[in-house]
Amino acid sequence: MILDIRYLALRLGQAILVLLLAFTAAFILLSLIPGDGVTARFADPALGLSPDQIAQIREATGADDSWITRYLLSLSGFLTGDFGYSVQTGAAVSTIIAAALPSTAVLAASGFVTAVVLAVIIAVLATSGPAAGPLSWIRRILDSVPSLFISIPVFWLGILLIQVFSFQLGFVSVVNPGPAEALVLPTLTVAVPLSAPIAQVLIRSITEVQASGFVKVTAAKGASQTWLLVHTVARNAVLPGLTIIGLVFGELVAGAVVTETVFGRNGIGLITAQAVTHRDNPILLAVVVIATFGYVIINLVVDLLYPVIDVRLRTKRSAASANKALRTHDEPTRRALTASAASVGVDLDWAQTPGDTESKGRES
Amino acid sequence: MTESPLLRIDGLTVDYSRRGGPTAPAVSELDLVVRPGSMTAVVGESGSGKSTTANAVIGLLPSAAQVTAGRIHLGDVDLSRLGAAGWRGMRGAQIGYVPQDPGASLNPLQTVGKSVAEALRIHSRAGRVEARRQVIELLERVGIDQPEKRADQFPHELSGGMRQRVLIAAAIALRPRLLIADEPTSALDVTVQKQVLDLLDELRAETGMGILFITHDLAVAGERADEVLVMQAGRVVESGQADRIFSRPETEYTSRLLADAPALRTKVCRQTPAEAAGTSARPFVSVDSLTQVFDRTGDQVIGVEDVTFTVDRGTTHGIVGESGSGKTTTGKALAGFLSPQSGHLRIGDVDAADFGRSGRDRARLRQFRRTVQLVHQNPFSALDPKHSIRSTLTEPLRNFRIGDRSSRPRLVAEIMDRVALPQDFLERRPAELSGGQLQRVAIARALIVEPELVVFDEAVSALDVTVQAQILTLLDQLQRESDLTYVFITHDLAVVRQIADTVSVMSRGHLVESGGTEQIFAHPATEYTRALLDAIPTPVALSVGAQETGSRPSSPTLLTTAAES
Amino acid sequence: MSLTDVFTRSRSPRPQGRRPRLSESAITPATVVSALILLIAIAWALFPGLFTHFDPNDGGDTPALLPPSLEHWFGTDQTGRDAFTRVVYGASQSLLAALVAVGVGLVVGTAIGLIAGTRKGWLDDVLMRLIDVLLSIPAILLSLSIVVVLGFGTINAAIAVGITAIAQFARLARSQAVQINTSDFVAAAYGSGGTFGSVLVRHILPNSISPVLSLAVLQIGSAILQISTLGFLGYGTPPPTPEWGLIIAEGRNFVATAWWLTVFPGIVVMAIVLATHQIGNTLRKVTS
Repeated sequence: MILDIRYLALRLGQAILVLLLAFTAAFILLSLIPGDGVTARFADPALGLSPDQIAQIREATGADDSWITRYLLSLSGFLTGDFGYSVQTGAAVSTIIAAALPSTAVLAASGFVTAVVLAVIIAVLATSGPAAGPLSWIRRILDSVPSLFISIPVFWLGILLIQVFSFQLGFVSVVNPGPAEALVLPTLTVAVPLSAPIAQVLIRSITEVQASGFVKVTAAKGASQTWLLVHTVARNAVLPGLTIIGLVFGELVAGAVVTETVFGRNGIGLITAQAVTHRDNPILLAVVVIATFGYVIINLVVDLLYPVIDVRLRTKRSAASANKALRTHDEPTRRALTASAASVGVDLDWAQTPGDTESKGRES
Repeated sequence: MTESPLLRIDGLTVDYSRRGGPTAPAVSELDLVVRPGSMTAVVGESGSGKSTTANAVIGLLPSAAQVTAGRIHLGDVDLSRLGAAGWRGMRGAQIGYVPQDPGASLNPLQTVGKSVAEALRIHSRAGRVEARRQVIELLERVGIDQPEKRADQFPHELSGGMRQRVLIAAAIALRPRLLIADEPTSALDVTVQKQVLDLLDELRAETGMGILFITHDLAVAGERADEVLVMQAGRVVESGQADRIFSRPETEYTSRLLADAPALRTKVCRQTPAEAAGTSARPFVSVDSLTQVFDRTGDQVIGVEDVTFTVDRGTTHGIVGESGSGKTTTGKALAGFLSPQSGHLRIGDVDAADFGRSGRDRARLRQFRRTVQLVHQNPFSALDPKHSIRSTLTEPLRNFRIGDRSSRPRLVAEIMDRVALPQDFLERRPAELSGGQLQRVAIARALIVEPELVVFDEAVSALDVTVQAQILTLLDQLQRESDLTYVFITHDLAVVRQIADTVSVMSRGHLVESGGTEQIFAHPATEYTRALLDAIPTPVALSVGAQETGSRPSSPTLLTTAAES
Repeated sequence: MSLTDVFTRSRSPRPQGRRPRLSESAITPATVVSALILLIAIAWALFPGLFTHFDPNDGGDTPALLPPSLEHWFGTDQTGRDAFTRVVYGASQSLLAALVAVGVGLVVGTAIGLIAGTRKGWLDDVLMRLIDVLLSIPAILLSLSIVVVLGFGTINAAIAVGITAIAQFARLARSQAVQINTSDFVAAAYGSGGTFGSVLVRHILPNSISPVLSLAVLQIGSAILQISTLGFLGYGTPPPTPEWGLIIAEGRNFVATAWWLTVFPGIVVMAIVLATHQIGNTLRKVTS
């Protein structure tokens, strides 16, 4: 049995709790604090609505109910897929989102895959070059590529890509491009900044694994560089990469919002930008909750996938439980922390389990 | 010396290139031979260049290090002229390598079977099925039970000793002519160490391979090796036949190492202050059925269960045990860092077990801590790196309101004198001091509040032998000066023998036996203590009665004789 | 400096009495250049008049969309304003906003993290679940939601970005605090009669703060980016006040004919963000 039922239940419970709390926070922020959205919008004399009509609208939207009723109404609406109505157009939010979601999903998926490929290439090249000697500059340059990528303003990159590849070089036609063609530049715009944290984490984990004892032992068995990379380093180094993949989901959303705005692609990002401009809070609330849902689900999958790859987490650790008092984070939080710290270049090495310290003293 | 050597190193010099200009070479002009079927040990303290030597022989020096002079021959092959491909053919096939730390040296995501088979696969000596068969054979050979099952397990499911066996199995898979063992037993408990060393001896006799054995432990080298090389700061201080070096060391450095190594020393004449004082019958410390169980599997208790012992005022009580025996938990409870689940801990007139969480109890606990001080194992982590030594030593004075602003510098200066540290260290930070100096600071911090009981938790285990000896001498002296009571926790029987008046032996969370040190060493009452004593390595040359037959003398012989002397 | 450094040190004891020389390993040419770039950016923010004599908001009768020249380094925009001048004057808005954002994140996040890390039990659980929630809402959506509530503007955008940064700081500070809290020297400090408060202030805070501070420097770069993104989308500083994201957004309409209006400000932003990263990394290496 690879997955512990209790572990699964615990993770699932935590995910639901976080989702519920996030919904509550977003509801307070976007629905309670702004106050009476109906009056603000419909009391405008220019609309020429009678007080009766306004009262009718108020009743229909539940604007006069207490906050707790509104909260519960809204919550049950979200659970059944009813996200309310857009303040600006009056259309159902669920319809608007359903129309925009596929295009964003395609962009996010292609951007994400490209970013991972890019990150792996950068990381492998940056860690396999000569560490010393006359050619070490190649490695140093590649090593700083993630820093460069993470410093590029996404919107600026998008503008430049359009300018260079569409207008100057004419590689991608601006007028009526095919669906695949239209995807190329937005994908790149999303992928380049997104690849930076992933590459950073991979570079770190590969370097760390390369320095570990078992790599030396394998080298002492006569393994070649390629053998070491494929058989020994790769699987161990990919673990922190898995964690960061869950964590960069937020960046992916940010990339989609900005890219869709720059490229004028119809999608969730563009809708969000418009919703902010028009203060269309119901749409914003729905987008926030859906995106949070995406984040929570992806990280849940990563958490559950982790023990499948990392065999050390499969067995019940009876021996380790003695250190419970000192094990202050649960495993996923610990990984998330280390990975996110590494992605911005902060080292977060953890003290080994206390048992290790004891034997450490005896090494010379 | 008619036999032609298997490994021959002539004038090896290894330099580390550093940006800050030239530094002393890590290894310089080293000559060494390993003969087929024999073991050559390289002994030295940390930083002596012994591991660098091992790495040079297998061609895996870190990229900053370079062989600048010398030749390494394996048989007729000049290793220093090999290219990358040549080295790959050599490693694993001709030279096997057993690393220091069994915990980190196996790929954690690979079954141990795959790790053992790796050399076969790399050198394309066997297909999947054939490799599997050989792996089972190898695992069986190194003494792993249920090899079929173990082969499919992952490293974290095996114990340290078992992992070390797996590493040995992997290293000998291709029957290399030379085996390099770099501190292969340093991370292991003493009983496991004995088993692993026995295995290496057997393999050597069986296959005729030569072993280059790197160790910091003189006793191990003396017991097992045919030839010994003593290194210091990158140079060979002395080399020759093991028995010759141990019986007639030619250099002062080796003699000092021999004298300082506690395992090699016979009982120091200790005056037991308690005997002289002849105080009341009531012991100063009494631990009564102390229980703090974190977890239990079978008879293995993690934590401690039902531990009872007493310590008289002014004496030293040793607590010995292997890792996981519960000795640290006992120490923590004594120092008031842990409220036990049940049992009593009386120190003087205070029961350390019944501190609650109320404000008054907390104040009482603070006062109690003034009477009991704890010195940690690792001096590098026990001192706040951000604080100067002066600030570290002043802190307890301020906390306990000892002295005032004008008298505190004097108290600090006095304590520095007592632990024999120069006054100008006061303005330094921990990073600028060595391990031994830091441990002196830690001892000074404990003593400055004038405690009555000091608990030492593996306080000398992280130190090199010479430094260890100095600290032990210092502790002895301080005890006599101020009538201190010590509880000394260690895994090292030799250290206990040297410093303790009474001993408790612990295993798996239980107290195995307790009594006077000499009583226990000479007439161990339990099988466990006997096994523990038996596992202490004893250099051939030092064994009393010199059994010339070649069989190793059992340690109790030495110990008994020593005790009687 | 963290506990881990202590561990690594114990594993490979350094020759006694020798401190690692910071200067030779950490201060590379790249760091020097980065420091220069940051100094220039700070000078732009404080004394923009020293660097340019044009008016950032009024082009006067200067022709529009002039290409870069010695007189107008970055060219002129659609109303004849000097683009370089607008970038220089934009520094104060962007840098101030970034500082406010990081300040909010640092202070609130570190406080939460330290409390959670040293006071275990229910308080820790509650605080950390809240941080989980903060982390699970994608940063851009959270900041947009906050901007919608607070209203558009430089400082509001900065606060919004700062709130999204709280989670990172809190988690890092907590992990540091927890780690230091279980270290030998903290135990020894209690053994020396220390109380919770004195140990927190004297040992835990000083030893856990430096990774948090280097994170803060690194976050300045990402705060600049996030704030310029909000500006680009039109939710930050209202025109005509120059702000980097806004400048690029305005230049974008003329990118086909006057590429310099987009390219140069973008390069400036990139260079400054890159410089903060470099400095942050150097600080991290020096302090650990």
